[in-house]
Order: sequence, then C-alpha cells, then structure tokens
Amino acid sequence: MDTIERTTEAPVNRRSFLIGTAAAGAGLTFSYSLLPAVTGSASEAFAANNWTPVPSFTIEPTGIITLHTPKSEMGQHVGTAIAQSLMEELEGDWRDLRIDYPDPAPKYGVFFTAGSLSVLTSFMGAAQAGAAGRIALIEAGAKQLGQNASDCHASKGWVIGKGGKKISYGQLVAMGKVDKVYSPDDLKKMPLKKAAQYTVVGKPIPALDIPPKVVGRANYGIDYFLPGMVYGKIARPPVRIGAKPKKGADGKELIDDTEAKKVPGYLQFVSFADPFGINTHYVIAIATNFPAAIKAAKAIKVDWDLGPNADVSSDQILQHAKDLVNDPNAGGAFWLIGDPKKALAAAPLKMEAEFITPLASHQPIEPMNALAYLENGKLHIYSGSQLQIAHQPIMAGIMGMKPENVLLHQVYIGGGFGRRLEADAMVPASLAARAVGKPVKVIYTRDEEFRNDFYRTITYQRLQAGVDNKGNLVALQHDVCAAFSAVRAAPDLLKPSIDKKNVKLDSTSLDGSNSWYGVPNYLSRGIQNDIGQRATPPGFLRSVSTGWTYFALESFLDEVAHRTGKDPVEFRLSMLKAVGPNKSEVPMAIGGADRIAAVIKKAAQITDFHKKHGKMGPGRGIGLAATTHFRDTPTWTCGVVELSVDRSTGQIMVHKITTVMDLGQAVNMDGAKSQCEGGTLFGLSLALYEKATMHHGNLDQTNFDTYFPLRISQAPEVDVHIISTPGLPPVGVGEPAVTTVAPAVSNAVFDAVGVRPRDLPFTPDKIKALLKA
Amino acid sequence: MRVLTINGFSRVVDMPDDTPLLWVIREHLQMTGTKFGCGAGLCGACTVHMNGDAVRSCQTSLEEAAGQEIVTIEGLDPAGNHPVQRAWIAEQVPQCGYCQSGQIMQAASLLQKNPNPSDAEIGKAMNGNLCRCMTYVRIKKAIKRASAEMRKA
Repeated sequence: MDTIERTTEAPVNRRSFLIGTAAAGAGLTFSYSLLPAVTGSASEAFAANNWTPVPSFTIEPTGIITLHTPKSEMGQHVGTAIAQSLMEELEGDWRDLRIDYPDPAPKYGVFFTAGSLSVLTSFMGAAQAGAAGRIALIEAGAKQLGQNASDCHASKGWVIGKGGKKISYGQLVAMGKVDKVYSPDDLKKMPLKKAAQYTVVGKPIPALDIPPKVVGRANYGIDYFLPGMVYGKIARPPVRIGAKPKKGADGKELIDDTEAKKVPGYLQFVSFADPFGINTHYVIAIATNFPAAIKAAKAIKVDWDLGPNADVSSDQILQHAKDLVNDPNAGGAFWLIGDPKKALAAAPLKMEAEFITPLASHQPIEPMNALAYLENGKLHIYSGSQLQIAHQPIMAGIMGMKPENVLLHQVYIGGGFGRRLEADAMVPASLAARAVGKPVKVIYTRDEEFRNDFYRTITYQRLQAGVDNKGNLVALQHDVCAAFSAVRAAPDLLKPSIDKKNVKLDSTSLDGSNSWYGVPNYLSRGIQNDIGQRATPPGFLRSVSTGWTYFALESFLDEVAHRTGKDPVEFRLSMLKAVGPNKSEVPMAIGGADRIAAVIKKAAQITDFHKKHGKMGPGRGIGLAATTHFRDTPTWTCGVVELSVDRSTGQIMVHKITTVMDLGQAVNMDGAKSQCEGGTLFGLSLALYEKATMHHGNLDQTNFDTYFPLRISQAPEVDVHIISTPGLPPVGVGEPAVTTVAPAVSNAVFDAVGVRPRDLPFTPDKIKALLKA
Repeated sequence: MRVLTINGFSRVVDMPDDTPLLWVIREHLQMTGTKFGCGAGLCGACTVHMNGDAVRSCQTSLEEAAGQEIVTIEGLDPAGNHPVQRAWIAEQVPQCGYCQSGQIMQAASLLQKNPNPSDAEIGKAMNGNLCRCMTYVRIKKAIKRASAEMRKA
C-alpha cells in the first residue's frame, strides 16, 4: 500500500468526536467511533444496520488531508468514494487528499468489506465528520483573522473572511489553534449540504488507487518480503475437508519427507491440526524459496486418513438437495404471506419448475497468501482481508494472544469476490512462523485455489405457481435448498424460521426468495443441505444468494407470463406496487416496489424491449430480468440480454447486455459504472461458463484449463445506465449487476428458440439436448 | 549461475536452471510488478517481454531467459508513461489491478506489432489474459485509445 507517514495522533475518546489538542505542528486527527465494542463477531460486521462506522482523517501542517479508512481496496475504489463524501463537506482541496489504510483498530471503524455495504455505511459518517471539521476550522480561522465565524467560509483548504483575508487549514493546524469536541449527537445534527450543492459527490473523479496499478507498484499481500523470510507450501490432502495424517504405533503422524530432503533449499516440514475448523490439517513444506517449497511439498508423503467426506460427489449433493426439496417437512419458512398451501391447492392453473446452480469457485487472480512473523510479542500479518474485524480476534485466539497484539497490516487485495472473507491462509502462515522462528510466507498454487476454496454452494430450487381464472398469480412457493454459508462463518446471523422454532435459516443463502412481488399467498422455504455443508464448505461468492434465488424466480416468472399470455414486462409491473409489505419507509429503500418497477420500465424503454421481444427473427431473442440485492439494503437492477442461439451446436452468442441500476445516489459515477460493467460480465461468466464438480470429496478442477471464467473474446457489448438521485442514500454497486444476467439469458434463449434452460451454466450440450427433446 | 538482462540492467542469478523466470523476477530480484496467477500459462498475469515478444514468465525457465532482453512492467517506460499506461489511466481500467501488469505488457506487445488492431485482433491477442474483475470492456477501449495515440505520434 502507498506508505503514508502518520502523524502523532490526538488521544481518542470513543464517545466523542475530538478535534484538536494535538501538540502544535504534530498534526491533527479527527477520529470517531460509535461502536459499543468491537468484539470481532462476524455477525456484528454483517448486521449493517447496527453500525455507524465513521472514517477519521488527519490534517497535517503541510495541509495534507489523510483519510484513514477501514475498508479494503479490492477493485471498487472505495477509498476514493468515501473521500468524496468527506471532502464535499470539509471543503479541502482534492489535490491535498491522501488515503491511508491503517492497521485495524476500533477507532477507525469496522474493518469489513463485503455485501456491497461500504459506501452505504460510510457515506453519512464521512459527510458528518467533514462538516464537523469544516466548522471547527472556520471557528479557529475566524479567531486568527479577527472576524466573526459567521462572516467566514471555507473553500479549497482555506478559511476565507471578509475582504478576502484568509488562512489555510495547514497553518491553523500548525499553530495548534483548532480545539473542539463533538458528541455523537452533535455529529448527527451536523448541517449537511443539499444534494444540489454537491461539487465533489457524484463526480467521476479518477480513482486514487489506479496510478500505482498501471506501473506495477501497488503492493498486494503476495508482494511483501522480510529479511530471513522462508516460504511455506501446503501439502494438501486428497479431499477438501475432513482428512488427517494417520498415526503410527509410536503415536507419530505418518509423514515422510525423505524425498523432499533431496530438494535444494528445503528446510523442514511442519504439521498442525487446524485449530479453527476452516480446514482439517496442515502439512507445510518450508523452504528458502517458493519453487523449492512447491517441489518439496509434492515430494512429502503423507499417509492420510481421508475422513468422512472421502466418497462425496457433487452429484450426490445435488441428489440429496432434490430429496430434501421433495420432503414437505424439510426446512422452514423464510418468507410467508397469506396461505400459500391452500391457495396453490385451489388454483385452477398450477405451474412448477426446478432450477439448478452448480459449485462455483472465486478464483481471484492473486492466489491466497499470507506473510506472518512474530516480534516482541506481536504477530504481524500481511494478507489481503475483507473481514479484519473477525480475522484479528481469530488469529489472536489461535495463537493465544491478545487481539491488539495481532497486527493485520492492510494491503491491496488482488481480487476479493468474497474469497478474502476467509482467514485460511493466515492460519498456517502464523502457526508455521512460530514453529520455525522465522517470517513465513505461504502462497497457494492455483490447484489449491480450486481445491481449498469456500465455494458457491450447489443449489436446487423448486418454484410453484397458482394462477386464477383471470391469469393473476395468486400463489407462489419458492423452495431453496443450499449449504448455508453463515453456519460456519457467522452463526449469530442465523434466524429462526417463521414457522418452526428449531429450524434456523441463513439470509445470505436465501435472500431474494423474499422478493418485492406482491403475491397474496407467498412462501419461501429454506432448506439446509447437510452433505453440501460438510463436504463443500460454503463461502460467499460475489452477490451470494441473489445470484441463485433470482435466477430461479425471474426465469420462472417469464414462464408464467408466457403460459398466461402476458407480456413479461407488464406481468412484472402488475405485481410491483409499493403497498403492504412492499412499501418501505426505510431511507435506503424508500419507494419500495415502485423503485424496481421504475427500473424495469426504463430498461424496457432503453432497449426497445417491446419492439424486439418475440420479433427478432429465427434464433435471435431478447430477455429481461429484475433483481433487488438485498431486500434490506436494496439496489434495484434490471438486466436485458440480446443473443442468438445456433440450433445445430446449441451455442449461445450474447450480443449485448444492458444493465440499468438505481443505486440511490452514485457517489462516483465512473466508479459505479465500472463496478456495474464488471459485475454484469461476472454474471455472464457464471451463466455460461463456470462450473466445478466434486468426486471423492475433492474438486475435479485444478486450473483455468478445466474451469473457465469469461475471457475478453467472449465479452459482449455492455451498456450500463445508472439511475442516480441526488439526496438519496447511496446503496451498493459491487454485486447487484451479477444477479440479473443468468435469468435474462435464460429468458432470451426462450425468446430465441423456445426452450428454457434451468440448469447453470448454459453450455451448448444442454441447449442442444433441450432443442432435441 | 546465470546472467539476466532485465530492463536494461544486468543481474546475476544463482538459482537452478529450471526455475521459472517468474520466481526469479518476483522473489529473487523482488520486482513484484510481475504477478503469479496460475503457474501454467493459462492466465497471463506473469506476462513480460522477451526480445520484444510477450511471454509467460511462469513458463519460461531461467536457462531460456539468460542472455535475452527481458522487460517487465517496471521497465516498460522509464517514467511509467507508456501510451498504453496512459490509456489505462484515461479509461480507468484497473479494478483490483492484479492482472493489469500482464494485460498492459500483452497490449503493448500487440500494438508494437499491429498498431491498428481490429476488435477481433484485440480479442485474439488478449484472450490469454484473464481478468477476474472482468474489466474487459475498458481494456478494449484503452487499447483503441493507445492505438490512436501511437499512430498520431
């Protein structure tokens, strides 16, 4: 990360916003945290509505303004967006701005970067902090100018009084004249600009993290070195999870490194049971350089007890999911309105369809890695993390240390997508560093990146519709069977089902099945797949549940519309009204179902949907899908896909994808578009190409010759339209665009050739089989 | 013991001959702009120039690289101001940025050989470079921009 020398900080009172009192010339730190306690619970981090993390910033005598952000930089340019909110109110000069990614500490806010929540949860606090800073600086400046504060204003880092007399922020800090304390209530009442007055927020300001990334000087976790450092390469068992080395008669683990000793540079191996349950066991080859560590790890012979998952296959997990969905007593209600059972039974027209999504893998191009060392009772770790708030106490617990003695240094993240919510590289690096008494850098090779991932779960979903004689959808049941990510990663997030006290449900696996469609009898049933749970540790892949729930729902609604002779757009709009449970008074969801309806209308208009749907000629089609990621923090998105299908090969050729997104207020318009473009193509990649399979408890895929993220020649034209309403709270942009693509492709394929793929990814063989049937 | 010429400098390297050039560059010489991605020539993150050609450094041995002119992202332009780098900033291409050294080296090599590539030629030349953030829309735009600028100059 760009190194920024931080100045001596003012003492921080956790309950107040403190400005000033730093020694003259030492710099000035504005800092604030409302968190009652940072316990490290992941669920606390996830419970977005409960936190008010406010970034802090420092002004130095030079006039340099440094934002200290607890958010990780992993491609979203989040530091730039939060800085825009801060600088809008602070009235600093943008050229004076720097961004610092400090070691995690409660005073900086919540170190958690996921869920498309960073800007949403930081925007207001940054604005309030900036306004407080501006007011304090104006008061101090007015005194120095011998004027009333009411006669002064701030602009571009200057306090300016009557007659054009002025003094700079840097001068005021150097003189030590800024001294003011704000309570949390003061901050909440800060007078903030009206959206019409914005000059920084909403502008497409170039991202501050980009210049070092085009010259090879941005440092990711994998790029750190320490004197005396050695390398660790994990010798993996042949199953994902559950294996341990067998023990001999003498009680020693059966690990033989005779052959490894012949590798120049090999030093030793270390072996640990996993203390945290995210893996099972680590056997790590230690060597002076990484190529030697790779060779040595291959040469080490471990006699593995393969454990309980040695025979699990992805087919078995899917079959188990089908059995569970067919069991009416499995799972529990996640969303329930009216009496769906009765309404379904009574409906004159019943429809049903099943949908499948496979195992998918994160595959950031920077493989997981961590560099760890112990010094003076402190553990230092360099490793990309999206969840330091949990990783710091996890590592402290594993190492028997106090959390404040674990220094988790911030680094650029070479791809997150949810993968770096996991601590699995830090654990072996830290244990090995203690065992060998040297800094240890553990790097995963690509096969480990596949075989040791925390996957997007296999899902099996069944949708049932009941339609009355007028063609109205009067009953909808959405059954979702998945492994639940939160069971492992954030058990506190599990909530009891609506109908059964003993069934706990995971919203990160089910959200989206509680859609905004106003169906009078509506049940979403969540079912945990216990085999998937233990054999394919489920993680969080960009967009999580809305990536599969809306695939099923939005495909199915198109089927219902077609069957009942309705236009797919009009059919959706007829059910999207801000009434009953689908209106919202929450600021970030204000407008409720009307918001998604407006986005659908706009998308249909932009794409000439009605002129094209059903009229594109043989083999060509257009499809539309709308999603809301998530229900509680909604980004309203509609995707429209135009494609053709080659009937002889089953090959889908996507020509254009239009993504229309209402994200409240866009803080950086170009950054929002960039995320939306990338998210759209990520969704296409999952829709057409990505599938992992498991046999004998291990993934079959080991590199990009067997698992195929979308490449540049497969990228169609992407047309992004951001609906930004100044004054509305900004919601997230990192994930939502992923979710509309698969159902829109499915609907477009139906429009093109009259068959409907319901099993991701839509490979040519599957389309061909549907065309033959 | 081998002698490598990297970015115009001479470097003596004492590592086994079969060591992938990638690890020599990254870990031995600690020039970290060149990235490890897949180790199998399937992702392009480790792309460098050897005698002007884009090659995958993870698939090039120290022995093969010795005596050749190697250029990494750090040496593409002394001031980091190559037309491709300028275009990458103008179009705001990088997201996480990890694959972008390889993307830029591949694009620079393409434009050196073909100053005015068609969409299909861009797709073909860049297809070996994976971007998991899926910045492909902007990579295409930036190559066109750099191409236009280089032809004007």
